[in-house]
Amino acid sequence: MKSKLDARKLLSKYGNVLVLLLLCAFISIITLEEQSPRSPAAAKQLAKNIARSNSKGANVIVLVRRGKDQQEFADTLKDALTNTGLNVSESIVGTPRDARIALKKQTTTIAAIAADNHMATFCADQLPNLGKTITALSKTTVFQPQKHKWPNFLKKENLLNVLKQISVVAIIAIGMTMVIITAGIDLSVGSLIAFSGVITALSIQQLSGNADPAIGHLLLGSAAGILVCAIIGMGTGSLVTLFNIPAFIVTLGVMFIAKGLAFIFSQSAPVPVGNESFAWLGRGSDLMGLPNSVVLMLVLYGIAHVVMTHTSIGRYIYAVGGNPEAARLSGVPVKWVLVFVYTLCGLLAGLGGVMEASLHITGDPKSGTLVELQVIAAVVVGGTSLAGGHGKIFGTLVGALIIGVIRNGMNLTGVEAHMQSVVYGVVILIAVMVDQLKNRAQKSN
Amino acid sequence: MADAAQKPLLKMHGISKAFPGVQALNKVALTLFGGEVLALLGENGAGKSTLIKILGGAQQQDKGTIEINGNSVQLNNPQSSQAEGIGIIYQEFNLVPGLTARENIFLGQEPSSVCFIPRVQEEEKSRELFARIGVEINPNTLCSELTVAQQQVVEIAKALAQDAKIIVMDEPTAALTQREVQGLLKIVRELRIQGIGIIYISHRLDEIDAIADRVTVLRDGEHIATRDKPKLHRSEMIELMVGRSLDKEFPSRECIPGPARLTVRNLMRSNTVRNVTFKLHAGEIVGLTGLVGAGRTETARMIFGADPKDSGVIELDEKRIYANSPRDAIRQGICLLTEDRKSQGLVLGQTVQENFGLPNLKQFTQTGLINRSKERDAFAKFVNQIPIKIADHKQSAQTLSGGNQQKVVLAKWLQRNAEVIIFDEPTRGIDVGAKYEIYQLIHQLADEGKAILMISSELPEILGMSDRILVMNEGKITGEITEVSSATQEDIMKLATQREEIAA
Repeated sequence: MKSKLDARKLLSKYGNVLVLLLLCAFISIITLEEQSPRSPAAAKQLAKNIARSNSKGANVIVLVRRGKDQQEFADTLKDALTNTGLNVSESIVGTPRDARIALKKQTTTIAAIAADNHMATFCADQLPNLGKTITALSKTTVFQPQKHKWPNFLKKENLLNVLKQISVVAIIAIGMTMVIITAGIDLSVGSLIAFSGVITALSIQQLSGNADPAIGHLLLGSAAGILVCAIIGMGTGSLVTLFNIPAFIVTLGVMFIAKGLAFIFSQSAPVPVGNESFAWLGRGSDLMGLPNSVVLMLVLYGIAHVVMTHTSIGRYIYAVGGNPEAARLSGVPVKWVLVFVYTLCGLLAGLGGVMEASLHITGDPKSGTLVELQVIAAVVVGGTSLAGGHGKIFGTLVGALIIGVIRNGMNLTGVEAHMQSVVYGVVILIAVMVDQLKNRAQKSN
Repeated sequence: MADAAQKPLLKMHGISKAFPGVQALNKVALTLFGGEVLALLGENGAGKSTLIKILGGAQQQDKGTIEINGNSVQLNNPQSSQAEGIGIIYQEFNLVPGLTARENIFLGQEPSSVCFIPRVQEEEKSRELFARIGVEINPNTLCSELTVAQQQVVEIAKALAQDAKIIVMDEPTAALTQREVQGLLKIVRELRIQGIGIIYISHRLDEIDAIADRVTVLRDGEHIATRDKPKLHRSEMIELMVGRSLDKEFPSRECIPGPARLTVRNLMRSNTVRNVTFKLHAGEIVGLTGLVGAGRTETARMIFGADPKDSGVIELDEKRIYANSPRDAIRQGICLLTEDRKSQGLVLGQTVQENFGLPNLKQFTQTGLINRSKERDAFAKFVNQIPIKIADHKQSAQTLSGGNQQKVVLAKWLQRNAEVIIFDEPTRGIDVGAKYEIYQLIHQLADEGKAILMISSELPEILGMSDRILVMNEGKITGEITEVSSATQEDIMKLATQREEIAA
């Protein structure tokens, strides 16, 4: 009885994590593929194998057939072999004929040949004969990259790519989660992305004049973009609280205004930023190979989690969403709480705009289109109830991951764009349905 | 009425129902005859609601049988319950405010969804039903325009229109005025004469005395006793409910009023509160009563800063204070326990501990972070002291019974250590045992030198608890009773209904 209850509780609490894991497993299976044996990883693996069966300082020849990317493979292989302490006496990228000529010239004992698949076949064919006449090759063994299957989905680059792709949506979803927990909504975040990007790019242009923008200009410009969006969010929050206009309407209005202004200010053309270092946030990866945008996302999620669970403002946000009147009568500054969440949501949308602009080194008034819906979808799939009062910050991260993983899975398997849209729709509906069932189960208890 | 030879209309036998972690009902039996009023008594959480939900088909029993007229029935959903002639009138009515009385009565019983509604017949039938109940209501009035008592009549008519033989009333008088209660009791008697079996749930023992033929008592999900009412004394009834004897309904206390703490002068707000002036002294419990709509709650809300006032002065310890929001008022030491706990007192979806902490977070916050263990310890102190019955601190507030919810609200203000405490209907919907505990707490607060204003519609409570009584009518204070021990309910009613203002 008790353990059954716990299982149910766990499932209802961490159900979306389970869904995410199942999705990952499923996509891993369908993207399982014979991996190219010429990847850097394969080269390293091969070098390791050779090092294991040969003593240090042994002579090795790298033998790779000429072709696309082959030089790179050969180089990686050579470096990897050198790193393991082996001596690469020669590295050949060429035709079988080149290989034969090179091998025939060998005078010192060659312990091993590191070959790609083609050259391995060549060696298997030719080496026994060559070994008889050339003493240097008499004891040579041939190594080639092992063939192995691995899901394209689970490759490191791909996973990082998924995280990078969701980072803007996920960061804005932090603010959106708080807004939705107060039983509100913010439709303006997509437009604010464009607005912030344009303002940032224009500010940088203004600050730097005709010269190339300096780092300080980039920072100031970004701050301007973010700050302007925060102020817009504050205005939204004030309209919602002071005039009691439904958030849906207010943010719908702000959405149109911000979008229009983004086009007017930019004169409908993308505004370039004349300094490549502006791409640091959107494209760089400085910490252990993690993209900077992903690091920023994770840090913000950590902070937001603490704010929502361990501070007064977090408690107040839940209370205002759960029962605004009871919260007010308990001394919660309800209006301030509402203004705070909309301001924060605007600020994060502004940050998202800067990230987007950084990615393209351009402030594009067309960016951010329909992103508000992706953000809301992430929040809802993450288990936050649109009725307010309930929701978890990390739930939203999981929601964003679920959507990101599905998109990635469909891209990897070549599902076309319109079908992808259908799938998103279905996922959102399922998420809301599960949420309803969960609520019903809780109520009947 | 209920002689042994008569066949029971309804027989519930061995009903058990468990929810995760709780045995809500354990082999409960209930028998109801036609033409009788069976009072179902028990403290909150005793299992009454669950039993009624099973009877209404809203929930299914784990074990046990239900027989109607000797036939075993399965009540799998509300429809099947209705089809068996069971009409349940829940505390929260199931009426559509935008439809007329007639439309509500026949809602869901239209002959078919494509046919025209036989409006004339329905109207006639409605009038017939109202006549049968003995109340005159225009069937074409919108439900939103009816009083609570009239809406209740529509609910009863709705049940009768569905040919109900068994009518269950869950706390039917909770929102009624004294006069309306009398009207309802009359209706119940009328239904009884017509052979309908009525299950009547109420915490108000006066009503039980007045109307019940038999009494079934539940406690902690168990069937404790079923007795004929005439043979059952009131104190015995209470004893059966709470499982121990309560000598008195109200604890006794000696009042030594100190200096004035809260002074309210010429408080005004359009028509609802007119020129209200009074003082609260330290260590004093002042009862504030009057009919519903007399302006009592409005007065309290203005003092608390929850509603704006047109004019008036509020002083705390002889210093004028300005409270433009509850936040201001709380900061200055005034707190209000609202009448409606569910919609105003608690955030039901949050845990009990979070509700407790809501006005007190500053005390528990260190370097910007809430110290939850500090919060938990503070709450645990009250859980033991008051005491509050909870399974754990992470329980959501909506799972508690009314009495325990009220105690959580109380705990959060006690932690706040307010100087002026306003109770608005502190014991509404709370069972006898918990009531006594709340009275004791109020006394304790008064003894600590707090100033207490207690708003209540229940005159025995006002008389039993107050050191001084203020009576309001139509927004004005129409009387003050200082000699409470010699006052009667009639004295209060006279003040509460008179039109001319008496100098207070």
